[in-house]
Amino acid sequence: MKSYDIVIVGGGPAGLAAAVSARESGIESILILERDNELGGILNQCIHNGFGLHTFKEELTGPEYAYRFIEKVYELGIEYKLHTMVMDISHDKIVTAMNRTDGMFQIQAGAVILAMGCRERPRGALNIPGYRPAGIYSAGTAQRLVNIEGYMPGHEVVILGSGDIGLIMARRMTLEGATVKVVAELMPYSGGLKRNIVQCLDDFGIPLKLSHTVVDIEGRERVKAVTIARVENGKPVPGTEERYTCDTLLLSCGLIPENELSRSAGVEMSPITNGPVVNESLETNIPGVFACGNVLHVHDLVDYVSEEARKAGANAARYIKDGCKDAEAGQVIEIAATDGARYTVPSTINLDRMEDLLTVRFRVGAVYQNAFVSVYFDDERVQHRKKKIMAPGEMEQVILQKKKLAEHDGLKKITIKIEAE
Amino acid sequence: MLYDVIIIGAGVTGSAVARELSRYKLNVCVLEKYEDVCCGTSKANSAIVHAGFDAAEGSLMAKMNVRGNVMMGDLARDLDIPFKRNGALVVCIHEEAKDGLQELYDRGIANGVKELRILNREECLEMEPNLSDNVVAALYAPTSGIICPFELNIAMAENAAMNGVDFFFNTEVEELHRDGEIWKLRTNNGEYKTRYVVNAAGLYADYFHNMVSAKKIHITPRRGDYCLLDKEVGGHVSCTIFPQPTKLGKGVLVSPTIHGNLIVGPTAVDIENKEGVNTTAAGIADLIAKANDHVRNLPIRKVITSFAGLRAHEDHHEFILGEVEDAPHFIDCAGIESPGLTSSPAIGEYIGGLMKDLMGLEEKEDWIATRKGVLHPGDLSLEERNELIKKNPAYGNIICRCEYVTEGEILDAIHRPLGARSLDGIKRRTRAGMGRCQAGFCTPRSMEILNRELGIPYEKLTKLGGRSTLLTGKSKEVEKE
Amino acid sequence: MEKRNLTCIGCPMGCQITVEFEGEEILSVKGNTCAIGDKYARNEVLHPERTVTSTVYISGGKLPRVPCKTASNIPKDKIFECMKVINHAAVKAPVKIGDVLVEDVAGTGVNVVATRNVEAV
Repeated sequence: MKSYDIVIVGGGPAGLAAAVSARESGIESILILERDNELGGILNQCIHNGFGLHTFKEELTGPEYAYRFIEKVYELGIEYKLHTMVMDISHDKIVTAMNRTDGMFQIQAGAVILAMGCRERPRGALNIPGYRPAGIYSAGTAQRLVNIEGYMPGHEVVILGSGDIGLIMARRMTLEGATVKVVAELMPYSGGLKRNIVQCLDDFGIPLKLSHTVVDIEGRERVKAVTIARVENGKPVPGTEERYTCDTLLLSCGLIPENELSRSAGVEMSPITNGPVVNESLETNIPGVFACGNVLHVHDLVDYVSEEARKAGANAARYIKDGCKDAEAGQVIEIAATDGARYTVPSTINLDRMEDLLTVRFRVGAVYQNAFVSVYFDDERVQHRKKKIMAPGEMEQVILQKKKLAEHDGLKKITIKIEAE
Repeated sequence: MLYDVIIIGAGVTGSAVARELSRYKLNVCVLEKYEDVCCGTSKANSAIVHAGFDAAEGSLMAKMNVRGNVMMGDLARDLDIPFKRNGALVVCIHEEAKDGLQELYDRGIANGVKELRILNREECLEMEPNLSDNVVAALYAPTSGIICPFELNIAMAENAAMNGVDFFFNTEVEELHRDGEIWKLRTNNGEYKTRYVVNAAGLYADYFHNMVSAKKIHITPRRGDYCLLDKEVGGHVSCTIFPQPTKLGKGVLVSPTIHGNLIVGPTAVDIENKEGVNTTAAGIADLIAKANDHVRNLPIRKVITSFAGLRAHEDHHEFILGEVEDAPHFIDCAGIESPGLTSSPAIGEYIGGLMKDLMGLEEKEDWIATRKGVLHPGDLSLEERNELIKKNPAYGNIICRCEYVTEGEILDAIHRPLGARSLDGIKRRTRAGMGRCQAGFCTPRSMEILNRELGIPYEKLTKLGGRSTLLTGKSKEVEKE
Repeated sequence: MEKRNLTCIGCPMGCQITVEFEGEEILSVKGNTCAIGDKYARNEVLHPERTVTSTVYISGGKLPRVPCKTASNIPKDKIFECMKVINHAAVKAPVKIGDVLVEDVAGTGVNVVATRNVEAV
């Protein structure tokens, strides 16, 4: 069996940044396994701009952003395999993969970095009633068809879900000559970035109907019409139905981290993020198995994916170089999210292994205006920062200083809360 | 050309009859209005091989059900399709309804169902820990099984085709009449002539029957909504869990599927529209509520798709099988609702025997009884799999990443007899697109393969034939110029 | 005096900004939290601009389309004119990131450039 120090599952933004960072941390033996026919992952089809403001201080399109990292991977001579599907990851880090030329093969990895990304929630998982004709696509599938394959999935479009991909596709379809009749959003707020609501909907006069959902799909062969209705307390309100004739329904109703491999490897999962539970090193409960990017928790900006993945890459490199240090040894501090904060990544900190500064990312469960992000060390409030607006669609962060944690004697638990005052 | 027999409908019944008739020296064809086999009632049902205790004693339905159940093991082996006798439990949750179980038991025994037992509460819970706390007792039928309805239907049709039966798709019979000794069938694709007609038109069997007979029958589409759950929770129950039956049918069941998902359904709503396969919010809510009566902690959040099927409910709830009295050489297979899937091999056998006598048929010497299914590399050892990939690299290329379906399997599905021509055709033959992402990822890839292998232009590719085109055109003006 | 409410797009914050203006003169900008917001609001009211991203037909390449963008912002009211030109443009592989695919699109003085490499086959 072949062996590599680090095997990275996924060659999208997370996998690429992790690979570059691991190599820069001195690891020679790295292999990226990518199932698609090129590196870059979903960025290749995200041809809109708005990527990289944090990472590169300029606004790039998805393919451009990806290429910055792909170029690095080429320059650094990092090995990768395309068209290669990882079929299994075992608890002892044997990675089983398959492609046309190598067949089914196994690799012993010193460390594994999970960077498989996420998938879109399909129509079925939403239990949308109606027929099941052609013309119903997840926004991402439509994005691939339009942007990469050069095909139009339809001419008259209704979009359910105001996630960023849905908003972006509203603009893309409009620019390519289709009519987007309405974007319906189940929640009373949009899950997408403000910028996208302005530039993808407002610019083209596309209505956004909050607290609305699809209650019927007509057409046995191809979509003929879609009916939406207002939602109160999670239920459609009778009498508020509006019928839109259309040939296409696009769905942008949330992303699900793609963790089937992690689960079968025995990685402990968070029921909130649907991603692995990780410590300060972005390491899962299996020593030497790290996770980053959308497989860990769905991000709002790719810049944060890259940043997180760089950390995962560096930590995996350290794991290889220093050998397996017991994550349980030393002082382990739990991080809890309460009062409006839904989860945190990471969820534990081993003080011995913590770097001087640690970014803890989280999301809120509702829209908050002029509320405070508070950090408690046990019962003592140590951070209290006012934010004009916080919304579930955007990631929040707090930065913890190792020095401060060490000063707090016998610290057991850090709590992140949203407080009114 | 004059056929000896024309079968209307390539569902599970028509295909079973076609396979049986392919044993004989006969010219047989099947006319199907959809683009593929298994497009109507056969594709959307509970996928259960029922034991046979439900149907009324002495009915054709009971006879066909029990016989079909017995036949299924050998048939599945011959046709290389997965089948498992996982057993069924009819669960009683009200003390006062316990007599009903005994009634079912007695009926089952009278129908010839083997191995039936009544279990007490403890025995039930030991067997199925996720049964509702309210369980009082249950009827246990170990011979009940699960099967893939697509594969059963496809396999029987393929086997019939291998043995010389012609299949004409996208061919809708509009009118038929008898001209002397010959039946003439007008279709959208011209006229077909035959000596005998087998009416296996499912929901439309009454339409054709009533065209030729003064003794009218009436079939009501009875809609059933279903939810299919992720394989992650496929082991929530191991048997098929039924409530006690009512007038409207066997009720909402919870069962593992042969491929490891969990299926919940169906509801039962009589409708008018014979194409009305739309699910409704009320229906889905209803089936979830009903399933929760008998199974606890039902992980309904893990739903990956919902769908609706229509049962061809005949007013007297009985199979109508045989030559129509006032229409010579016109053979009905009508009113085939549940347990139609289970019964299909028996119906095929019954009709085959009937026609043998009627027509004086002679068996072929070279009839092929078996058929190989689409090869599943997942069933092979690592070495075998690598051998296969070396010979055919397409088996190393995963197209559907949820169900791990390779390009090799899709090519097999396209190029075998009666091969797939649409996304749903591929799905029913290989499971590509049947997983948790519901074809989000593999759709563009399957389209590419269909385009490449069959030369169907992208704009003409369909989800399920007809006007179900997937794309409306190319994106750039310049390419149209 | 006119009044416009805008959502700032300078960053994910999405500040709600109120601009008061008269003709070409901005009287007040309120609700922004930083200089980007102020600048955005002034521009958005007087001279709104956008970057247009799309794809261009490419022949002889590994892909049937090459993604593209306007090298800088163009006036918002030129978006559809720009798209018309892009939809009729055709290029030949190979193409590299940054290659000009369309010069001076729709008289804006801005070029449309490729945003990825497409190798020839």
